Amino acid sequence: MVMERAVVKRSTKTIQLTMIQAITDGLRTMLQEDERVLVLGEDVGKNGGVFRATEGLYEQFGEDRIIDTPLSEAGIIGASIGMAVNGFKPVAEIQFLGFIYPAYEQIMTHVSRIRMRTMGKYSVPMVIRAPYGAGIRAPEVHSDSVEALFTHMPGIKVVCPSSAYDAKGLMIAAIEDPDPVLFLESMRIYRASREEVPEGKYTVEIGKGKKLLDGSDVTLIAWGAMVPVTMKAAEQAKTQGINCDVIDLRTLYPIDKDIIAESVQKTGRAVIVHEAHQTGGLGNDIVSIINDTSFLYMKSPIERVTGFDVPVPLFALEDHYLPTPQRVLKAIEKVVNF
Amino acid sequence: MLADFPILQVVDENGLLLHEQYKEKITEELVKSFYYHIVRIRTFDRKAVSLQRQGRLGTYAPFEGQEASQVGSALALDKDDWIFPTYRDHGATLTFGAGMMRTLLYWNGRVEGCVPDDGQKIFPPAVPIATQIPHAAGAAMAEKRKGTKNAAIAYFGDGATSEGDFHEGLNFASVFQAPAVFFNQNNGFAISVPVEKQMNSRTIAQKALAYNMPGVRIDGNDVFAVYFNTLEALNRGRNGGGPTLIEAVTYRYGAHTTADDPFKYRDQSKSETIRNTRDPLLRIERYMKNNGFWDENWVHKITEEISNEVDQAVKDMENYPKANVNDLFDHVFERPTWTIAKQKEEYLRLSGREA
Ligand SMILES: Cc1ncc(C[n+]2csc(CCOP(=O)(O)OP(=O)(O)O)c2C)c(N)n1
Repeated sequence: MVMERAVVKRSTKTIQLTMIQAITDGLRTMLQEDERVLVLGEDVGKNGGVFRATEGLYEQFGEDRIIDTPLSEAGIIGASIGMAVNGFKPVAEIQFLGFIYPAYEQIMTHVSRIRMRTMGKYSVPMVIRAPYGAGIRAPEVHSDSVEALFTHMPGIKVVCPSSAYDAKGLMIAAIEDPDPVLFLESMRIYRASREEVPEGKYTVEIGKGKKLLDGSDVTLIAWGAMVPVTMKAAEQAKTQGINCDVIDLRTLYPIDKDIIAESVQKTGRAVIVHEAHQTGGLGNDIVSIINDTSFLYMKSPIERVTGFDVPVPLFALEDHYLPTPQRVLKAIEKVVNF
Repeated sequence: MLADFPILQVVDENGLLLHEQYKEKITEELVKSFYYHIVRIRTFDRKAVSLQRQGRLGTYAPFEGQEASQVGSALALDKDDWIFPTYRDHGATLTFGAGMMRTLLYWNGRVEGCVPDDGQKIFPPAVPIATQIPHAAGAAMAEKRKGTKNAAIAYFGDGATSEGDFHEGLNFASVFQAPAVFFNQNNGFAISVPVEKQMNSRTIAQKALAYNMPGVRIDGNDVFAVYFNTLEALNRGRNGGGPTLIEAVTYRYGAHTTADDPFKYRDQSKSETIRNTRDPLLRIERYMKNNGFWDENWVHKITEEISNEVDQAVKDMENYPKANVNDLFDHVFERPTWTIAKQKEEYLRLSGREA
């Protein structure tokens, strides 16, 4: 195992939390520490969020800081911009990533470029949280996984944790970041497991991936809900004597190119797994990174296991849409047997 | 504004007719049809909630409490009109003629549930809030261009009025004087957010003023008021009078969806109070009794018929052929792009299916 790069400050005590509880804990930590931090969005206040990500915050910090907004994504992001340039640090929740589209204009035309347009005079130190992804039998449109729309967009960082520890550390780092961060939360793994999480404040550095498994035969790269899927495939591969090096990317922009290069230069093979559509997907940027940094080390073409180039279907077919350990394993076998 | 936009009623809570001008129009047949459809969609709704609890249906959005709004407005439509519902308006679409089995399929995550029968102009339910509102404006603009007398109706909630699409849709319909009816069900809540926190406006109907169109505020639990006011709005549109905004004031008795817990954010005893005083069905029952239309045998007969119809639809839904993987790939374009064709071929091969 590669050592966790985060620095634990202040506290050494830990508690067992699910990923969603760790997100709440990260929000609470920063709300306590920094008066400028505000939480706003649809149903985040009294209801504690439709997934309970803001549970208890309204009671603790009051309606002036935990703000139930009108049902308006453009309004939420637009108003957050106004607050951010005027002294606050908004953490805006978009109830589901599939409903972020009305805010796309605000993000693309303002969030991402206000610093550049004012040569640094104004900035928008805000966080946009959005649950995303398929696999929980949610109604239509709730299951979109469109991180690439935002990694393509210049001027905003994108993170996507897959564990409780990383979720809290990245949340705190995102809130402290001087620039806008899109914080993607996989609904499918919100409560899938528990992990020891330090109490109090610590950060996980934005822009750093994490090695989950050391192996010499093939590099597997994933994030969010695809991390457990990929780990399962790695376990199955091991029974066939194939040892996988597994990377949880954690930050989708800017990508940790060093962790990728270091790994593929060792293994010479790579499989990239994401649930978003293939064309224009982030997997293609990772292929480019490997090409740019490690071309001569590669022993086989890189495989991508992704969602298909079709809208995420209604839930009766979502299991067919989503990458499975079986599909990842096939790709592993393919690159190993090339 | 509250004084400018009073809540209109035709029949009050006690089942008494308030305006004599409707007396002639309210035939026994019409009243029975209101009653029948409200019982029918309420039976469906309760069945769906119970199926969801048993794990036989996905997350479901119940509409109990709002039936008068949905039935009254849908019965005012002509067969050739367009209907643009949300996820909570299948009471309206069922009344308009959507298949019951298909409606169940939709809630079971089946794309077949989005497909209307031939000859029906039913857009699939809009899940992204307010997005259907400009569609109705456009469909109505098209009917006008084609020179028909058809209209389009869009359903939406109080929360939807906060989205840009609501304003853009109304403005389009207004500018182009399209035969559209914007039918708002103000059920008091957008998930947990009460309407008083959703807007500082006193009413939703008043928003029509900005677009220079008629805005009507009605008792959404009074099926008579809903029916006659929707009819009037539709007729105005058909005859070149442009769009109308209707605010039907009603209440959602239960959870936002089966995934929601209303006890977290509101006092659920209000639902019981309304159920015992202003319930849509109670009011028709009182009206029927007051006017000598009440017939126990008939009520018994339709209740049984409806219960059989719903049971049969559930059976048909559960016996429906399993979801077909090809449907994941085959309907994105008229002819698949090479990317989709290749992905389909590889996936079917991998999962041991024939392409
Ligand atoms: C654009 C968009 N944002 C958020 C959501 C999540 N969501 C689903 S229903 C709902 C509340 C809708 O309230 P309202 O418009 O009053 O209709 P109701 O559900 O009460 O019928 C929200 C926020 C969504 N579906 N679409």
